[in-house]
Amino acid sequence: MIRRVLPHGMGRGLLTRRPGTRRGGFSLDWDGKVSEIKKKIKSILPGRSCDLLQDTSHLPPEHSDVVIVGGGVLGLSVAYWLKKLESRRGAIRVLVVERDHTYSQASTGLSVGGICQQFSLPENIQLSLFSASFLRNINEYLAVVDAPPLDLRFNPSGYLLLASEKDAAAMESNVKVQRQEGAKVSLMSPDQLRNKFPWINTEGVALASYGMEDEGWFDPWCLLQGLRRKVQSLGVLFCQGEVTRFVSSSQRMLTTDDKAVVLKRIHEVHVKMDRSLEYQPVECAIVINAAGAWSAQIAALAGIGEGPPGTLQGTKLPVEPRKRYVYVWHCPQGPGLETPLVADTSGAYFRREGLGSNYLGGRSPTEQEEPDPANLEVDHDFFQDKVWPHLALRVPAFETLKVQSAWAGYYDYNTFDQNGVVGPHPLVVNMYFATGFSGHGLQQAPGVGRAVAEMVLKGRFQTIDLSPFLFTRFYLGEKIQENNII
Amino acid sequence: MWDLVLEDRRINSLRLVAPMWNGRIRGIHRLGGAVAPEGNQKKKRTILQFLTNYFYDVEALRDYLLQREMYKVHEKNRSYTWLEKQHGPYGAGAFFILKQGGAVKFRDKEWIRPDKYGHFSQEFWNFCEVPVEAVDASDCDINYEGLDNLLRLKELQSLSLQRCSHVDDWCLSRLYPLADSLQELSLAGCPRVSERGLACLHHLQNLRRLDISDLPAVSNPGLTQILVEEMLPNCEVVGVDWAEGLKSGPEEQPQDTASPVPA
Repeated sequence: MIRRVLPHGMGRGLLTRRPGTRRGGFSLDWDGKVSEIKKKIKSILPGRSCDLLQDTSHLPPEHSDVVIVGGGVLGLSVAYWLKKLESRRGAIRVLVVERDHTYSQASTGLSVGGICQQFSLPENIQLSLFSASFLRNINEYLAVVDAPPLDLRFNPSGYLLLASEKDAAAMESNVKVQRQEGAKVSLMSPDQLRNKFPWINTEGVALASYGMEDEGWFDPWCLLQGLRRKVQSLGVLFCQGEVTRFVSSSQRMLTTDDKAVVLKRIHEVHVKMDRSLEYQPVECAIVINAAGAWSAQIAALAGIGEGPPGTLQGTKLPVEPRKRYVYVWHCPQGPGLETPLVADTSGAYFRREGLGSNYLGGRSPTEQEEPDPANLEVDHDFFQDKVWPHLALRVPAFETLKVQSAWAGYYDYNTFDQNGVVGPHPLVVNMYFATGFSGHGLQQAPGVGRAVAEMVLKGRFQTIDLSPFLFTRFYLGEKIQENNII
Repeated sequence: MWDLVLEDRRINSLRLVAPMWNGRIRGIHRLGGAVAPEGNQKKKRTILQFLTNYFYDVEALRDYLLQREMYKVHEKNRSYTWLEKQHGPYGAGAFFILKQGGAVKFRDKEWIRPDKYGHFSQEFWNFCEVPVEAVDASDCDINYEGLDNLLRLKELQSLSLQRCSHVDDWCLSRLYPLADSLQELSLAGCPRVSERGLACLHHLQNLRRLDISDLPAVSNPGLTQILVEEMLPNCEVVGVDWAEGLKSGPEEQPQDTASPVPA
């Protein structure tokens, strides 16, 4: 009987009032309130971030051991190696601050993606060799459980550098250094060149150096995404924001020769959120400047370069953005599948792209022709006047070509000697640089990341000695000129 | 249970190839027709994934097992420098291939193959001054480092790398030292070889026969065949014939590499 009464009783009266309907007319969003309460209770449970009062999930954490300014391939490489080389799991807390998560202007995504060992400096060669072995074993280094393996789309076709009469001797000595370091490079005379690559016009070429192994080009976007995925799985925190201020403290100290020097230490990094005035002060121990083309601004925020010119305090970071164009064209009778990345005596370069007869290439402008780096607009006249004539001279088949598209990207150009800046600043003691590679940052990123991580964790370079790349060379005037910059 | 997980991952990484190709995967993966194991597999995979996402220990264990698998392949591909000093390059190279499960043919001698237990006759140590003429390394775990041993065989005429799951584009770029002697090369069924690796075969100017059938990573096989034929004008490029459909692994024994192609 009771059983019959209860459902009967449910049918009418007070008990029938369903949630959301109340006497009096106004409706309370009962379901919404219940879900909000559920969310708050869930956020108290262990393993979730506690957002009881204010949602701060978009802000970076308040404390971090290392803050890496710039989330391109160099910044992520430093983050990866910091996590790989730390002495205990979870010992170092790393935060990567990237202004633009779409990487629309970052040099990494816009890069041609070449890797070669044909440099004149032994350190550059060693860095490229290590990076080649890193890319070859990328699915061991960047393996993440349950994630598909990375396909870098590496083309092992090599680089072919051409030298005129006056550069031939320099090329020979460079190749000797490269072979000593372990790169597999072969020298070719114009006859051998014509034999191997019949589409090439050897007029004006005295010598050519051809990389046989570990050289070619790959997809930089894939490397970036792979690094990002691995680094996130290792526990590195990411934040989308812009660094606007460094809060530092100074200390006056005496050197061994009793000269007074002011040493600065950065304590806080102010990270401003995108499209808002909100900022978060992040207390940090070490700051790594991997901001690429904008590294000089970050350095200026830290007070590097504020002083009388000619002194160590007054030495600015000589890295500035330089715009470079890359053009994609179609040429039906062009060079075949075996085409390496050819770098002409005039500085023009091109390589094949894909199976259809598409090629891409460009040329570095001279100092006088430098385009304005304020935007990434492409100048098509530059191709007509400055690139095409050289290409057509070198490869007669390129006289009939049709430009399909073009893009522009920045080089983080080191105006001092076009080589990277790696290591700590002598005065701002906890800022480390990993920038200024002037167009070969992508191919040296794994090696440089490891070197900076060793510097941060162990205090010195262990595997590859990059002491010639320290900041102090700008003050001392010691240029380490790299001759083979494309 | 961990074996299933790892073989899962191997399937994921070789996902472009039908499971039948990789003969090492045993057990339920070979039963292509059965329905129940598939569903079981999927459930096991998601439970494992759930555990991995929530517990650091499970993730670390799986990571360790993955690294151990990779380490095993590296162990197999060590460079036999001591053997080379003792018995010369041909002996060391032959030993490496036979250890991996491949077959070797010295000049004017018969093929030496390991039996199904992996044992092979040791008499080739007596004639290791004789150059090795042909190598059949099908279904072996040779990778980039292992090619060190292979590249010592300077008079190699025929090389078969069919269905080698660790041979990729980087390995192909390393074959140029064999350019003077290599006349026959077979890359059929290698899941990691793409048209980008085939582009660096142009160093092998003495190549007369190249087999590039069933390369799942090549994006456009017909076009690739045409471009490779243009690149190697003296070579017969075999392989792209989609009318046959999927070939099954065990039937495709490399009988054609029994004798070297006359120059």
